[in-house]
Amino acid sequence: MRINTVEELDKLAKSLKEQKSAEIIIKTCAGTGCMSSDSAKILKNFEILLKHHGLDNKVSFQPTGCFGFCEQGPIVKVNDVFYVQVTPKDVNEIIQSHIIDGKPVERLLYRDKTTGEAVKSFDDIQFYKRQMRIALRNCGDINPESLEDYIARDGYKALAKSLAMSPQDVINEIKQSGLRGRGGAGFPTGVKWEIAANSAGKKKFVLCNADEGDPGAFMDRSILEGDPNSVIEAMAICAYSIGADEGVIYIRAEYPLAVHRLETAIKQATEAGLLGENIFGTNFSFKISLSLGAGAFVCGEETSLMNSVEGLRGEPRVKPPFPAENGLWQKPSNINNVETYANICPIILNGGAWFSKIGTEKSKGTKVFALAGKINNVGLVEVPMGTTLREVIFEIGEGIRNGKALKAVQTGGPSGGCIPAECLDMPIDYESLVSIGSMMGSGGMIVMDEDDCMVDVAKFYLDFTVDESCGKCTPCRIGNLRLKEILEKICAGNGEEKDLIKLKELGEIIKDTSLCGLGQTAPNPILSTMNYFMDEYEAHVKEKRCPAGKCKDLLQYKIDPTKCVGCTLCAKNCPTDAISGEVKVAHKIEQDKCIKCGTCIQKCRFEAISRG
Amino acid sequence: MNVTINNLNVEAQPGQTILDVAKENDIHIPTLCHLNLHDTKVVNQVATCRVCMVEIEGRRNLMPACSTRVSDGMVIKTNTPRAVKSRRTIVELLLSNHPKDCLVCERNQNCELQALAAELGVRDVEYKGKRSRHDKDTSSYSLIRDPEKCVLCRRCETMCNKVQTVGVYSAVHRGFDTVMGTAFDEPILDTVCTFCGQCVSVCPTGALTQVDNTSEVWKAINDPDKFVIVQTAPAVRVALGEEFGVEAGTSVTGKMVAALKLMGFDKVCDTDFAADLTIMEEATEFIDRLKNGGKLPILTSCCPAWVKFIEHQFPDLLDIPSTCKSPHEMFGAIAKTYLAEKLDIDPKKIVVVSVMPCLAKKYEAIRPELSNKEIQNVDFVITTRELARMIREAGLTFNALDDDDFDDMLGESTGASVIFGTTGGVVEAAVRTAASWLEGKDIEKFDWTELRGLDGIRVATVPIAGVDVKIAIAHGLGNARKIFERIRAGEEFHIIEVMACPGGCIGGGGQPYYLEHDTSVLRKRAEALYAEDKEKAIRLSHKNPQIIKLYEEFLGDPGGHKAHALLHTKYVRRDN
Repeated sequence: MRINTVEELDKLAKSLKEQKSAEIIIKTCAGTGCMSSDSAKILKNFEILLKHHGLDNKVSFQPTGCFGFCEQGPIVKVNDVFYVQVTPKDVNEIIQSHIIDGKPVERLLYRDKTTGEAVKSFDDIQFYKRQMRIALRNCGDINPESLEDYIARDGYKALAKSLAMSPQDVINEIKQSGLRGRGGAGFPTGVKWEIAANSAGKKKFVLCNADEGDPGAFMDRSILEGDPNSVIEAMAICAYSIGADEGVIYIRAEYPLAVHRLETAIKQATEAGLLGENIFGTNFSFKISLSLGAGAFVCGEETSLMNSVEGLRGEPRVKPPFPAENGLWQKPSNINNVETYANICPIILNGGAWFSKIGTEKSKGTKVFALAGKINNVGLVEVPMGTTLREVIFEIGEGIRNGKALKAVQTGGPSGGCIPAECLDMPIDYESLVSIGSMMGSGGMIVMDEDDCMVDVAKFYLDFTVDESCGKCTPCRIGNLRLKEILEKICAGNGEEKDLIKLKELGEIIKDTSLCGLGQTAPNPILSTMNYFMDEYEAHVKEKRCPAGKCKDLLQYKIDPTKCVGCTLCAKNCPTDAISGEVKVAHKIEQDKCIKCGTCIQKCRFEAISRG
Repeated sequence: MNVTINNLNVEAQPGQTILDVAKENDIHIPTLCHLNLHDTKVVNQVATCRVCMVEIEGRRNLMPACSTRVSDGMVIKTNTPRAVKSRRTIVELLLSNHPKDCLVCERNQNCELQALAAELGVRDVEYKGKRSRHDKDTSSYSLIRDPEKCVLCRRCETMCNKVQTVGVYSAVHRGFDTVMGTAFDEPILDTVCTFCGQCVSVCPTGALTQVDNTSEVWKAINDPDKFVIVQTAPAVRVALGEEFGVEAGTSVTGKMVAALKLMGFDKVCDTDFAADLTIMEEATEFIDRLKNGGKLPILTSCCPAWVKFIEHQFPDLLDIPSTCKSPHEMFGAIAKTYLAEKLDIDPKKIVVVSVMPCLAKKYEAIRPELSNKEIQNVDFVITTRELARMIREAGLTFNALDDDDFDDMLGESTGASVIFGTTGGVVEAAVRTAASWLEGKDIEKFDWTELRGLDGIRVATVPIAGVDVKIAIAHGLGNARKIFERIRAGEEFHIIEVMACPGGCIGGGGQPYYLEHDTSVLRKRAEALYAEDKEKAIRLSHKNPQIIKLYEEFLGDPGGHKAHALLHTKYVRRDN
């Protein structure tokens, strides 16, 4: 199949659309999450059993990208009916009952968290109700390894439209949309393209940053696994607008499925003439290659990424010059992240004005968040900018697990901060998050409850950045380790009051003096938790107490002699023989021997053991 | 354009950094990693240390003055409490991960980190914690790596990779574990290191230092069974004074000779004498190749670092270098044969000590090819810096010493040999003699100014006896690489001079540190050599009466059998 003209594309899209609408379609999530829960086997069973029932001509089944509702995976969708937590064994029942007898399988339907009732249709599920899927528009809907599926959903129409516009008009459209970089910093995308377009030079590059590294964030992976062509098409549009002829997608090798689907998509697009020489019969030529990263977090920083592509050590370059003037191989380069590109085609097709109506004054469009932590609905959600944290966590996410109280939400990954429950009603956008000491980042959203110690949380993130620092500049290399050491001291019960001052002072200096974004934001988790949860820090330092009961060194396990009946169960299970006592007499814990493993509390049937 | 710096309105040029503008206006901004040797185009502008941070109006964060370019209307403040405090904290952080052995460190009182801490008034290191632990690399004969003292300024990396294009060092590991290392952590002896020592020259701390041979030299001096002969290279005499507070570019030959005699060397000779000898052999070899259709160009072979460089990097060109040993090795060969005979001393009892501006000479001295009858030509090499230390150890007040002269034998030298110490000098000396011989009469043109200067690559065509002799001069191995690539590509030259170190031997890895971060010191050292050349009565190597006598009494003809056995060497492929 080769598509030489816009007319050919339109014709193909039209015939594909007609073809699709007549069928029963079974869609099974084949994203990394569901694949690890056996969805490959589910697909295989559909293949075998549909054939067995002689249905393989009437019913089509296909793998799709991530539906986002990872909490409930593996997910199977039969036309509009949404099945959750499907196992390979369930396939036969779905075929028998739903396809053959026309009765949806009740027990596999999603049950509403509050009403407990089965919800049949995808659109009625609380998790999806408030979402607005632009970047994720095709995820869970199309077969990511089928170019035809993509074309049936208006794929490559935006590129065709762009090629009929002037490069500057394309840029103007993006500028008008108000789209800002989804990688974290939020630089206006149209402005970025314009700078690259205006940079002198015959050779230019378009880069895609797919080095998603924030703990818990997986929106870029999902887009690439679920809709790789949306990124490829957007890169081509960008290349046309800035005058580039070569693109590089920098993706981590830990994303093998995304790599595979990108390779497939690039191959198919090239064969179809949608990449390569003289696309749609114009003078525009563009090719894309992949560059696999080894998983260093710092390589998500744009200049480190370019070093890595060039085979150099992954560490940041001094800016300016910015990549738009002097980027990959010293050539003007435009670099955006995956989610940013995923927004481009809808903007071109629907117009910048359409996009700019979504969101807040300064933050337009939608944002994908990866919900994780102590939240009921773990998964990927896309909401308009300006949605409040409360809506995301309590409506879409359906609240905190086990009915516990929300303590804080961590956004922005290791560069972000912790937002306390008081700020839940704040509309989410770039500026509002920064104003409360956090940041958008790539969209990780980790929910914490009353059992989480905020000092420990800060230490966790510092651990990460200390590990991931490239080591180039002094404040990040040594300063962050010193911060971590102070936190360790505090968590071990050796903190002094001056340590709190040191944390703050050194944290500010690291932010102020580090070379790249990694160091400039690394202290944020500490500074923001100190800002909102100073009482916890003070409890650790002054009272040597961890209010959340998380910091082992500050805990003591005690047996209440009035409740202990001397059953000896705790003593029998204590791995260090720290508990002693006669049968039917209250037991005692020797603190020197106790390793605070918590086994005794779990074993005690009389609630006689406490921790504090 | 105009910028405001510390409330001062000043003019600035586009492309200038804040640091450049500050310097021009006598505003001092402390730096550590930054290095810019304008003349030799050695620039380390990596902004890793974050010491030079300044405030710029409208910018959220502090910016590094060393690498931030000024823009029109920029308002800069270099000394606000915020900038000063950050700077001090950065230095404290560096010190928190630095061994506290300043008192016994090679770089004590000559360390940029120490000076910086003193300048910023750091009196306590508030941040304490884990310290990096790395083994010292003492594998080589020339330099010692002590990564625990490294501040990751990356100057060595810039020098080794970008300037010298040797590529031994790079940062390895990540985060706090980052260390400047060799590939696969190989001992430096097993790498392609040329031992040029330029990394040592630019290292701000004691992370890269020279191998110290002073105790072996003292031991030899104090051994009654040994006859210890010392020779000094031309570049040493114009730099040694700097170690004793004498202004750069002052030649202290007389005081140096006096000191060496007082230290107890049995004979104090001049490598310059051997430089004249080198010219005899090299000019002979050149004329032979020119007249008899031999391989051209001929490459001067005085510099052991570039010899190792070509052995590793251009093994296909090993037929180009002159086979002449370097001057101090020729000296050693003559000292242990001719001089031994003259003085009636067993060559085994003779110890030849070379005082050199160079670290590569330490490694050169142990090369097996540079021996005769299993006796190494040179026993020990010490650098200019080591000599200065020995002079101090001997309790001599250097500046108060009366000038003395080199010993008679192997001490006489010409102006041609003196300029060996600077880039272009060897080829100029060779051309003086070769031209005289080719034209059949001693030339009257002594100053070949077209061959002088500090440009990295200089090419000149000079007419000699009807032949347009095309000469190329390169200093710095990166420039040498460019010349070699031109040769490989088929460009024709007659004579090429290569010196591994920027500026030639005057900028050698064993010279006093020139921490002012500019090359005016190199210029002054070069000027002193050219001045000494001018003052010499004889300025042509082949007119050196002791050289003439040496050939008459001992060697026979230049390029002859005996000369070949003693004064020539061979090269080894090192590309596998």
